[in-house]
Amino acid sequence: MSAVDASLNTDHHRSRRASDAILLGLLASSIILTLLILLVILGVVTARGAGQVSWEFLSQPPREGLTGGGIFPAIVGTAALVLLMTIAAVPLGVATAIYLHEYTPAEGPRLAWSRWVASKGRHGRFALLRRFLSASLAVVVRSAVANLAGVPSIVFGLFGLGFFIQFIGRGLDRMTQPPGEIVWGQGSLIWAALTLALLTLPTVIVATEEALRTVPPDQREASLALGATRWETIRRIVMPASLPGILTGAILGISRGAGEVAPILFTGAAYYLPFLPQRVTDQFMHLGYHVLILSTQSPDVDATEPLLYGTVFVLLILTFLLNLTGVLIRARTRARLAGR
Amino acid sequence: MSWTGRDRIRRVIDGSMSVVFTATGAVAILFIFLIFLFTFKEALPVFTDPEIRKEANLRQFFATAQPAERIDERFVWQPTSDQPKMSLIPLLLGTFKSTFIALLFACPVGVAAALFSSEFASRRLREIVKPTIELLAGIPSVVLGFFALLILASWLQDAFGFTYRLNAYNAGLALGIALLPIVFTISEDGLAAVPRGYREASMALGATRVQTAIKVVLPAAAPAVFAAFVLAFGRAIGETMILLMAGGNAAIASFSLNDPLRTLSATIAAELGEVVFGSAHYSALFFIGTLLFLITFISNSAGNVIIARMRRRMQGEAS
Repeated sequence: MSAVDASLNTDHHRSRRASDAILLGLLASSIILTLLILLVILGVVTARGAGQVSWEFLSQPPREGLTGGGIFPAIVGTAALVLLMTIAAVPLGVATAIYLHEYTPAEGPRLAWSRWVASKGRHGRFALLRRFLSASLAVVVRSAVANLAGVPSIVFGLFGLGFFIQFIGRGLDRMTQPPGEIVWGQGSLIWAALTLALLTLPTVIVATEEALRTVPPDQREASLALGATRWETIRRIVMPASLPGILTGAILGISRGAGEVAPILFTGAAYYLPFLPQRVTDQFMHLGYHVLILSTQSPDVDATEPLLYGTVFVLLILTFLLNLTGVLIRARTRARLAGR
Repeated sequence: MSWTGRDRIRRVIDGSMSVVFTATGAVAILFIFLIFLFTFKEALPVFTDPEIRKEANLRQFFATAQPAERIDERFVWQPTSDQPKMSLIPLLLGTFKSTFIALLFACPVGVAAALFSSEFASRRLREIVKPTIELLAGIPSVVLGFFALLILASWLQDAFGFTYRLNAYNAGLALGIALLPIVFTISEDGLAAVPRGYREASMALGATRVQTAIKVVLPAAAPAVFAAFVLAFGRAIGETMILLMAGGNAAIASFSLNDPLRTLSATIAAELGEVVFGSAHYSALFFIGTLLFLITFISNSAGNVIIARMRRRMQGEAS
């Protein structure tokens, strides 16, 4: 301890240091608690679930009224669902992010409006009015995306039932099927996947926009200066450079979508199916839904419990690996951005 | 083909791509609108259809009380009995009880963790903490529900001797785990946005790092912290699977945190599968959905506006 420190070591300073230490301890323990929660959940699920996982468990359908066998149809169903969801969500999400980052003015609508007002009587001022309208649209789209991210997942389920199944599905049946025949107008892979796609859309948009931000503006300007159009710049310069970020968005979206159960409760998930889904209009089994069924509706709790832990373990490992991949790619992208 | 012809094609492609991208941008607006429209459409008979209004109407939902002394007999949600009773009071109480416990847990812990991470953690520690929080956020809610139902509930009952295994504490705590990452991430962003000058000025005046963090940085980031609470509230109101599994699934009007509960969201999840299409019960469930949509829409908009305003202010001060 230096002489200066020692001279400061009065009662006042000592008590101040003590209270500082207590507060700091409280703050630190919050972090420790948070990390501990994650470790406990992971630990318990791994300790009781990892042992259940065998080739048989992964490759067999459930048997004896869900008290035996494996989870193969649930794995296939989840994979098919997530694949369809990705096909719908990623292109739409990436395109929306490109719109938000590449096609909207940098200034907000308020500034754009005052510039338009101030330009009175000048030549070509209608470009400024267009900038104002474009900036306003961007604000509305942004808030729509933010609100979409906040819609409760069960409301997505209601929407899937009301819009995709009752409205679109029944409409398709009326047009394409003989009267009374129902093919599209019931819960199925395609409707569940589209419902989930909507739910994951904000995740994809936010991650992609972040990736687009990592592409330096000079690269765009250089490309434009060489005579490339805006679309050519996006396709040849911006997209390749932001590909890792777009991938992150897709992966995080998939991970989120793979674990959500509430939206698929009424849009196609099945309690038990003896066969695998063959068409997009088939119902499907799902890992998360299987967890719900096993933990709340088992006829024989003791017989089901090992299967339940095994299923949770598989679901958790699946979402964790997806998440970890996404987070790691993003951390690298962010580091690159910070280094610039 | 001449150069000018090719240029014209390039320009046409460029122009049509900008139209395409603007149109996809508008899709998000379209769907937010459609979500409200189609949820509300199925709830509409509650307001318009006289047959349905006999069983399900606003007065039934919020005001009608059965002739009884005890609160759990006065307000009853029994939509499938011979004399359907559709009071939303038990469900609202369940939602608010679990949300209350969840916020009580997640807000202080999340903010304290964010404060530590942004003000005291070394860079390396932060690089561990942030991905860990993201992993916590990535746990599917059905897994949290499972964890609370099978494991946490038993631990809590052993520790505190609850009468019912599944109660508001159990459900609220599990919900709180789901809210922690939200509170942490948004608060941390807000704290990190506080200009360095604030900290330097405070330390120059002789404040310690802890004093600076709590008395200067935290108040400066107060709007972001508040926004984090608002957004966490929105998530808590809408969260379904955790409450469906860990809440005990009993639609009882009760203020006691020891009783099992049933939330608005869990009611939809539990009952929509077996409801008669187009019945009063069906419309009532979509009405609950509309209610959830509106509550979360308002709280999310509020939270996002606060964040945007704070970001603008901090940018203005930093430059």
